[in-house]
Amino acid sequence: MLSALRTLWLTFLHLFHRRETIRYPEQKPYLAPRYRGRIILSRDPDGEERCVSCYLCAVACPVDCISLQKTAEDGRWYPEFFRINFSRCIFCGYCEEACPTYAIQLTPDFEMSEYERRNLVYEKEDLLISGTGKYPGYSFYRVSGLAIPGKDKGEAEGEEPPVDVKGLLP
Amino acid sequence: MSPIVSGLLNVVGILIVLVALAAGLTWIERRLLGFWQDRYGPNRAGPFGLLQAVADMIKILFKQDWVPPFADRPVFIIAPAVAMVTVLLAFAVVPVSPSIGIAANLNIGLLFFLAMSSLSVYSIVLAGWASNSKYSLLGGMRAAAQMLSYEVFMGLSVIGVVIIAGSFSLGDIVDAQHRLWFIIPQFLGFVVFVIAGIAETRRLPFDLPEGENELGAGFHTEYSGMKFGMFFVAEYIGIVLISAIITTLFLGGWRGPALPPLLWFLIKTGFFIGFFILLRAALPRPRYDQLMACGWKVMLPLALLNILLTGAVVLADRSPV
Repeated sequence: MLSALRTLWLTFLHLFHRRETIRYPEQKPYLAPRYRGRIILSRDPDGEERCVSCYLCAVACPVDCISLQKTAEDGRWYPEFFRINFSRCIFCGYCEEACPTYAIQLTPDFEMSEYERRNLVYEKEDLLISGTGKYPGYSFYRVSGLAIPGKDKGEAEGEEPPVDVKGLLP
Repeated sequence: MSPIVSGLLNVVGILIVLVALAAGLTWIERRLLGFWQDRYGPNRAGPFGLLQAVADMIKILFKQDWVPPFADRPVFIIAPAVAMVTVLLAFAVVPVSPSIGIAANLNIGLLFFLAMSSLSVYSIVLAGWASNSKYSLLGGMRAAAQMLSYEVFMGLSVIGVVIIAGSFSLGDIVDAQHRLWFIIPQFLGFVVFVIAGIAETRRLPFDLPEGENELGAGFHTEYSGMKFGMFFVAEYIGIVLISAIITTLFLGGWRGPALPPLLWFLIKTGFFIGFFILLRAALPRPRYDQLMACGWKVMLPLALLNILLTGAVVLADRSPV
């Protein structure tokens, strides 16, 4: 009986406590930097698209909401189109984990409601941002051994020039 | 103005105020519960969320009026009406202020109130029975057992008040408290009556007939639309009724210094309505056997003890020395 009265009193005191509610539209909640929200495609420090259309994100996606098509130009791979259907996306972040080039990234933004479902299909132009996202210095073609115009084999960062196996010099 | 016209005005006025109050209470309850759980509660529709009650009313009025095909149709339809009618009728005997009140001086006013609150058990039992589903039946049976056992000492707990006041009329009981509110000489009766009142209105912690987490929604599992709404409104009017009766019996009704009688009545009643909501926010529901054991083994002896003491004191006071 006494414990019940004590409970009543303690509950009553909550009238004067701070409210935990965040009144959302007026008061924005804090979103952590690694919050899994709207997906973007980032660019490397030179302003080129990072995506090399390896399809790993599309494979990792549990709901099959990513679709893209590979195209090559001067030895570099690009997505011809890159499409994310956000009406299907569950924001699991697997695509970001699968991406070998840090191209696809999730951002702290969830306010993407639309009146029509088809407006939730984002094309490459909608996804691409102008910056590098969470990984500022990284450029895939600068560290990989792949030869592209302007960077031959052995000229990547931290890479030795290839050994000439037919030469006699040590 | 002829007495008929003023009487009609009283009836219509109290009816409208009660129903509006019941609608408003849905908002007040959710808001207060929110505050006591460190939330805001409904605060979007209109100023402070006041229009939430209107929105809910519109919603529930426009819902489909559906009777399940397996239900006992006539009884299913009558049950919610019984719930409404009994609580509204019981309000007839409450003296709201010296001039407001429908039959405040009915010489069996208190008995009438007890009779009406007993009759309201029928609405629940009938609803549980007519729904023809297991959850509803269980809720109805619980309600029957709970309310019968709590009815017994609810009646006994007010006998002390009747002994002191010497009348069953609520008007006379209020008059008898012009020097001292009955909460002081009748504290035991007050406690027992409040607990019985909570059980009578089926509010937490005594809401076993509904028991959301065991029985779906108990006796009104199968109800929807305005039929459910009537149970809902009846429950809220029941809270107001019990609070008003507690005020009348133990807190001197509309009596109080300085402020007008109506305001005093509203303040006291509002206090108990708030208390009822606080109970819901704070206390868990007891097990069913605990509830029955508490009723028969604790509350009934306490009520009898109260009658014994009150009777002895009154007799000793009256007898010539």
